[in-house]
Amino acid sequence: MEKIIMAKTGNESMAEAMRQINPDVVAAYPITPATEVVQIFSSFVADGLVDTELVLAESEHSALSACVGAAAAGGRVMTSTASQGLALMHEVLFIAAGLRLPIVICEVNRSLSGPINIHCDHSDTMASRDSGWIQIYSENSQEAYDNTIQAMKIAEKAFLPAIVSVDAFIISHSMERLEVLPDNEVQKFIGEHKKPYDLLDVDNPITLGGLDLQDFFFEHKRGEIEAMKEAKPIIIEVGKEYGEKFGTTYGFFEEYMMEDADFAIIALGSTAGTTKVVVDSLRKKGMKVGLFKIRVFRPFPFEEIKKALEHIKVIAVLDRVDGMSSFGSPVFHEIRSCLYESETKPVITNYIYGLGGRDIFPKEIEGVYKELEEIAEKGKVKNLINYLGVRE
Amino acid sequence: MKEIFEIRWHGRGGQGAKTAALLFGDAALSTGKYIQAFPEYGPERMGAPVQSFDRLSDKPITIHSGITNPDIVVVLDPTLMKTIDVTDGLPDDGYLLINTHKSPEEIRKEFNIKGKKIATCDAYKISEETIGKKIPNTPMLGALIKVTGILDLNQMLKDTEKKMKKKFTGRPEIVKGNLESIKMAYEEVKQE
Amino acid sequence: MKKGWKELPIGTQITKPGSSEEFKTGDWRTEKPVIDFDNCIHCLICWVYCPDSSVNVSDGKVTGIDYDFCKGCGICAEECPKDAISMHSEAEGE
Repeated sequence: MEKIIMAKTGNESMAEAMRQINPDVVAAYPITPATEVVQIFSSFVADGLVDTELVLAESEHSALSACVGAAAAGGRVMTSTASQGLALMHEVLFIAAGLRLPIVICEVNRSLSGPINIHCDHSDTMASRDSGWIQIYSENSQEAYDNTIQAMKIAEKAFLPAIVSVDAFIISHSMERLEVLPDNEVQKFIGEHKKPYDLLDVDNPITLGGLDLQDFFFEHKRGEIEAMKEAKPIIIEVGKEYGEKFGTTYGFFEEYMMEDADFAIIALGSTAGTTKVVVDSLRKKGMKVGLFKIRVFRPFPFEEIKKALEHIKVIAVLDRVDGMSSFGSPVFHEIRSCLYESETKPVITNYIYGLGGRDIFPKEIEGVYKELEEIAEKGKVKNLINYLGVRE
Repeated sequence: MKEIFEIRWHGRGGQGAKTAALLFGDAALSTGKYIQAFPEYGPERMGAPVQSFDRLSDKPITIHSGITNPDIVVVLDPTLMKTIDVTDGLPDDGYLLINTHKSPEEIRKEFNIKGKKIATCDAYKISEETIGKKIPNTPMLGALIKVTGILDLNQMLKDTEKKMKKKFTGRPEIVKGNLESIKMAYEEVKQE
Repeated sequence: MKKGWKELPIGTQITKPGSSEEFKTGDWRTEKPVIDFDNCIHCLICWVYCPDSSVNVSDGKVTGIDYDFCKGCGICAEECPKDAISMHSEAEGE
């Protein structure tokens, strides 16, 4: 099979994946920095390259509501948004998940206002982390493309909605080398559209969205929670199949030089790539450092993460979001919580960085590794929660 | 070539600094290189100083930080020299390529630049002669590959032609003018 | 015993259409409508107005009230042009 090498930005890569998926319905309200995804996709619609019904709604709330309707009616449905857009979709996120609709959002991680900002941090998707959506973070354009295709299949196998995200501008507007699969291979991979039910099946009428009170709500939620758990083997299976067919296998996380590492940094998105450069350079100097990149944050693979991190001495979790007076930030919570069960109990520190698109440089990441080494030598942590790259 | 070769473009909003970075990145990709091309985003206004960047490598590029120490700085508008320090972060052995009718020696003297390798190219003149408009970005691509030797001229021309043909269907004179401008700049760029 | 979470269909679906028929609302009533068939002209205005479809009709004639579902709102009595429907307290006779 011949892959086509192209130069594409993160947004272009996701739009390309959407074209190849050829969804029945895309309902959207474009927003910076994800505007291009919908803009490019709408040109595919205008050029007749897809069979999609494009619904341009009057807000993100309406856009995702239209997606819910279309998916409930049995369509394969996608949309794209960022930041405030995802925030405005917030209440509908829970509805889509509760109704178990396999919608895919191509999301661009941008800070939530205020103060108003258009650049990258993870405050938008992290604010939606408990909405019942699968969350997949991408390091670069290639992963954004690969993850979008896989997300469609995962969503339709798990009957759960999924968010695929990339870092604003750093990835969304950065042109990189992209290997694009042939259209028919993408179609073959995602397969026939699978739906949890069909609202338009008049021979088997159903009611959706009924008032669900004390007597059944809990049971329905319990079922949804179970579906999130059941999505785990599906994600692994789809990632493996993707590797077998197209060369790159995907899992819950990527372990970079972790096997014999004493010190590890945990990161999501583009920062993981920058950290790899630092790992390479420190390894040359003999430091046993590694990177643990989380790809799937929901469902949170706690057992697997616990197993993978137990042997590390000191860990730094890089969070591109703040928990606003919670004890550390979201990724830190989860990691620390799942390692509480381990016998080795690695020391875990939290570094909050990059809010509002503040750049992070290899030098700073190197500084974090040095601090981890220091913690190991002195046996004590100076600050559990740290802010990286902010002016005092 | 260094493991990762980095370029910073300085231009004014609307001048094509972003397009130049993307075009160059795309051309480098077609020669089998791994690339990144990205603009600096802010409140965009026509005429405001803007920057864009390229990274080129023979291996996959994973770094996603901004570029602070480029190997070459390309200045698309000579008046920018007066308002911003285009040599910021440029190492002593780095290249400074400027769109100006002046010679490298004149520039060095006028702006009191120590070190760096200076090259100049009158991209406004070239673009007016070939494209019929003051569009400095395409000719500067030609000057850039001459100065750095990082890409093959013919490869660059082939790739630009392919891309422009798609964008300017039915207007072959635009494509021809642009290609001509790259060639002319490649020939005319002045180096110390 | 109501179904547990493992037995429920996916996505909060209600797979049986018209299941509201199983939910009798007649016990919400504090007053019940009674039709005086001597005065009823079978104009069907009560049938049109009843918000709970609780006026029984057969062959174009009113045959009575469905007390399983009638909530006793009194709209039928109010709208009847012949005052042939009257409301009586459910507590009567207790």
